[in-house]
Amino acid sequence: MLEVRELKAGYGAVEVLRGVDLDISKGEIVALLGSNGVGKTTFAGVLSGLVPAWSGSIVFNGASIAGLGAQAVVDRGLIHVPEGRHIFPNLTVRENLELGAYRRGKGSRSQNIDHVATVFPRLRERFAQKAGTLSGGEQQMLAIGRGMMAEPELLILDEPSIGLSPLLVEEMFDLIAKLKAEGLTILLVEQNVLQSMEIADRAFVMENGHIRLSGKPSVLMDDPDLQRAYLGLA
Amino acid sequence: MPDLAIIVPSLLNGLTTGALYALIALGLTLIYGVLHIINFAHGALLMVGLYAVWFLNTRLGIDPYVALLIVPPAMFVLGYGLQRGIIGRASHGRDENILLVTLGLSIVIENLALYFFRSDTRIVDTPYSFETVEFLGAFLPLPKVIAFFGALISAAALWLVMSKTDLGRAIRAIARERKGAQLVGINADHVYAMSFGLGIACLGVAACLLLPSYYVTPSVGHGFVLIAFTIVVLGGMGSFVGALIGGLIIGVVEALGGLFLGESLGQIGIFVIFILVLMFRPQGLLGHKV
Repeated sequence: MLEVRELKAGYGAVEVLRGVDLDISKGEIVALLGSNGVGKTTFAGVLSGLVPAWSGSIVFNGASIAGLGAQAVVDRGLIHVPEGRHIFPNLTVRENLELGAYRRGKGSRSQNIDHVATVFPRLRERFAQKAGTLSGGEQQMLAIGRGMMAEPELLILDEPSIGLSPLLVEEMFDLIAKLKAEGLTILLVEQNVLQSMEIADRAFVMENGHIRLSGKPSVLMDDPDLQRAYLGLA
Repeated sequence: MPDLAIIVPSLLNGLTTGALYALIALGLTLIYGVLHIINFAHGALLMVGLYAVWFLNTRLGIDPYVALLIVPPAMFVLGYGLQRGIIGRASHGRDENILLVTLGLSIVIENLALYFFRSDTRIVDTPYSFETVEFLGAFLPLPKVIAFFGALISAAALWLVMSKTDLGRAIRAIARERKGAQLVGINADHVYAMSFGLGIACLGVAACLLLPSYYVTPSVGHGFVLIAFTIVVLGGMGSFVGALIGGLIIGVVEALGGLFLGESLGQIGIFVIFILVLMFRPQGLLGHKV
C-alpha cells in the first residue's frame, strides 16, 4: 500500500530525514519507533504533504504522492492524526467530526459519525461540547475520530499516547488494536516501544533520520541494541 | 431634560443606524477573526460599494435595493480577488505586512476615487428617500427602517453560513487551528479569501442599505471604519454576536449623545466607551480573555 524509498527532507539547511525506506501493506499496524528528535514527526509530515520532500519516492496505492499538498494527500485517503492533536477547540465535538469529512466521506457523514461514536462512546456524550473543554484523552479520541471520518485507507497516528495517564495509554492502545481489527491500516508513530510492539505487525526503529532496525516485534524485542537503547536493559 | 416624545424617536433612530454599523463591523470582525488583522481598507471598500450603488442608480436607473442582487456579489468577488491576488501574496504570511498592505490599498482606492469622482458629495434620489414610518409615536425615515431589518437579516444569514455550512465551519476552524485545518484537507488560501470576500460582501449590503438615506464621497469610509473598529473592540475581537450587540449599543449611544450633548459632540460617547472597554474589559463584551 505504501512504499517509501530513500526519502530525504528537512527544514532550511537542516537535513532531518537522511534516506528513509519503509513500507506498509494493507491491514497492517506498522510502528515507527524512536526517541525524541530522530525525525519521526517530520516523516509523518512529509507523508501527509505538510513538509516538502527533498528527494526520494513515496508511492501510495500505486501512485506517487511525493510533492503533493496536504489536500491532495487527504483526497487519496492518507489521513494524518498529528502529534498534539490539533483539534478545533472553538468548535463542538460534532463539528470537529463533520470537518473530518471535509474532503472525503461527505456522502456517508452521518453513518460515520455514528460509527465513531460507537468506537469512542465517550465522544457521543460530548457531541455538543466545545472540543477545547475535553480532557486530554477525549481530545485524542476526537483527533482519531476526526481522522476516521475521512474513511482513511491509511491512518497515521503520531504519538497518540503522549501526555496521557498510564490508564488512558492502555485504553488508547486497546482502541488502536480495535481499529486494526476493523480492517484499518495504521502507521503508529510512537516513543512507547513496549506497548507499540504489543499491537504492531511490524516495526521500524528510526535513529538520526535513518531506519536503524526493522522487522517483526517478536524478533526486534530480542535485539540487544533495541533493548539497550529503548528498554533500558543492559 | 428632553421628554420621552424626543427620547424614543432618538433611541429608535440609534437602533436603525446601529444595525448598519453592526453590519459593517461584522465584516471587520469576520476578517479579524480569521486573518487576525484589522483590515485598514474596510472604509475605502465601503466607499467603493457606495459608489457602485450610486453609479448603478444614476447611470443605469437601478434602485439601491435591487442593487442588492449585484453589489454584494461583486464586492465578494472583489474581496476574494484582493485577498488571493494582492494581500495574501504581498504579506508573505506576516501579520504586520497584511496591515501595511491593507493600509496601502485604502490609500490607493481613495485616491482613485478622488481622481474619478472628485470630492463632490453624491446622493441618490429615490421615490422613498423622504418617506417615513410611524412607530411608537415616532416618525422614522423609511430607508432607515429598511436598513435596520436588512442589516438584521444579513447578520442572520451570515450567522447561518458560519454555523451551518462546511465553509463556515472551515472558517472558524482555520481561525484557531491552521495545521489541523490543513490535515482535514481545508485549503487555507481559499478559506482566507472566502472570509475576506464575505467580509467585503457585508460592506456591499451595507452600501445598498445606506445610500438611500446617506451620501458618498471618497473619504466617506473614514468615520464608519473608526466606529466599526470601536464596535469590534466593544463586542470582542472576532465575536459575531458581540459585533451585533456592540453595533446597536454604539448606534444608541451616538443618537442619545447627539440628543443630550448636541450634534457636534454626539460621537463623544462612542469613544468614551472605547476607552472604558480598553481599561476595564479589554476582551470586550463577548470576547475571550487572552
